[in-house]
Amino acid sequence: MKVSLHTPAAGWWWAAVAAMLAAFPTIAANFGQEYYIGLATRMLVFGIAATSLNLLVGYGGMVSFGHAAFFGTGAYAVAALADRGVSAPWITWPLAMALAAMLALAIGAAALRTRGLYFIMITLAFAQMVFYLVVSVKTLGGDDGLSLAARGIGESALFYTALALAVLAACGLRRLANAGFGRALQGVRENEARMEAVGFPVLRIKLAAFTIAGAVAGLSGALLATLNGRAGPGLLDWPQSGQLLVMVILGGVGQRFGGFIGAAVLLAMEEVLSPYWVHWQLVLGIVLLAVVLRAPRGLAGMLARG
Amino acid sequence: MSAALAAEQALNGLQLGLMLFLMAAGLTLVLGIMDTINLAHGSLYMTGAYLAAATYAAAGSFLVAVAAAVVGTALIGALLEMTVLRALYRRDHLSQVLATFAIILIANEAIRMTWGPQPLALPTPRALSGPVELLPGFLYPAWRLVLIAAGLGVAVLLFILVTYTRAGMRVRAGASNREMAEVMGVDVKRLFTVVFAIGAALCALAGALLGPLLAVQVGMGESILILAFVVVVIGGIGSIRGAFVGALLVGIVDTAGRALLVPALASIAIYVLMAAVLFWKPQGLFPARG
Repeated sequence: MKVSLHTPAAGWWWAAVAAMLAAFPTIAANFGQEYYIGLATRMLVFGIAATSLNLLVGYGGMVSFGHAAFFGTGAYAVAALADRGVSAPWITWPLAMALAAMLALAIGAAALRTRGLYFIMITLAFAQMVFYLVVSVKTLGGDDGLSLAARGIGESALFYTALALAVLAACGLRRLANAGFGRALQGVRENEARMEAVGFPVLRIKLAAFTIAGAVAGLSGALLATLNGRAGPGLLDWPQSGQLLVMVILGGVGQRFGGFIGAAVLLAMEEVLSPYWVHWQLVLGIVLLAVVLRAPRGLAGMLARG
Repeated sequence: MSAALAAEQALNGLQLGLMLFLMAAGLTLVLGIMDTINLAHGSLYMTGAYLAAATYAAAGSFLVAVAAAVVGTALIGALLEMTVLRALYRRDHLSQVLATFAIILIANEAIRMTWGPQPLALPTPRALSGPVELLPGFLYPAWRLVLIAAGLGVAVLLFILVTYTRAGMRVRAGASNREMAEVMGVDVKRLFTVVFAIGAALCALAGALLGPLLAVQVGMGESILILAFVVVVIGGIGSIRGAFVGALLVGIVDTAGRALLVPALASIAIYVLMAAVLFWKPQGLFPARG
């Protein structure tokens, strides 16, 4: 396989997909199917979260099993602010993002001392600490979570915001990957010792990527809390981290649109299968197994191969 | 805290630690020898508990139930190793996480389809359901003593197996350097199917023994799986001795935390322990690889 660290510009079909998505709320409203606007928003939001994880896993080679900590923190930040009467997204979302970034900076500074398997486990440990701490705080609703009194933004406005942020995330990922920072990050993934020897500040590069990924995950968590009108402990628990990883691997690790494809496919499967068969997760399991054994580069990799 | 309460908590911690050791022993070998993350280890524990509960309902004997669970789960484990896991050994950790996560989903649904969503009952054998007077005035549940005895017994057996037998020597060789062991003529592939089956059997034993204390239900494997991973990481990947020390540490810290600290801090005590161990000893307490 030809090795290239350059992420090429997307083909015309991605512009077409974005344009179709932009027209989607109008079409759905026309047919009286407003429900699907919420579903599409959820796909975009999870796509952004999975893309942020893909930056870590696919470009930085850091398999984090604790991404739910940042995702859930963003959601809880929005809910807690709404609880105190601050519900304007233009204030709450950046605050949620900043809080998640600070958390990621702190966790990353400790966790990045380890690598490989140990990194997987220590990120999981920190995420579980955040989960148990949040659940134990009464003002954050304990096991029940927090409900948002007011959403602060309309349904279709939320959809367009999510769409704009998704496009921004996809473009930002490419810009980042092709910039000096992204090249260095991919270099660290390929050979950490060599990058260190050449004189790159390896730990700082990894920590920066970890913080950026945490901040973007926090933003997507904030969007999800606004969409759902609540933040629950499930968003912080480890199966949520697992689900985000599944989206990344299903879509394609290190593939620019892998996060979005994985999120859309996973949520679509749930949507289509769950009403018909209570045991739909059996199908999901078999599909995932088939993807791992037959399509190691994920669905995006299959598409790219033609 | 009175001395009796402290003794009771210490025994509870020991019991939890020994059950975690049964889970962690197989997990640490899979990780150590084959460098493979097996999230589905908790599913084997669940399978063992369900097989035990179903057999108990049919046969009415706890011993038969435990035997059926251990043998049945070992067979399922060997089958799983030969069909799915073998294809994953040479893949990266991410693929292993996804594939074994898929196995969890499949196992959970298969169990739900077979036995329904309601938890199954696995009662304590009647002769052992009461308390025992260990010291004058100090009562302790008999069943928990059985768990401690069984856990210690298995630990001693494993220790002898790993330290003094030829098969155990091969396992240790595989854990410290797989390629070298293969070059020296160890059939790691076949050895590994056996190791995996034994690991599955230990899971099933833990599941069957804990069945009367915890609910036998879908998802029971996931919560204990995370604890078992914590144990493995603390002890050092691939080390049975590390798994034993790590399991006892986690069992005692968790139990002591619940008795002494506010609930919020008690739940995170073991994760703080793990983070601290990794901070000072990034390879765990007893690294298997030289």
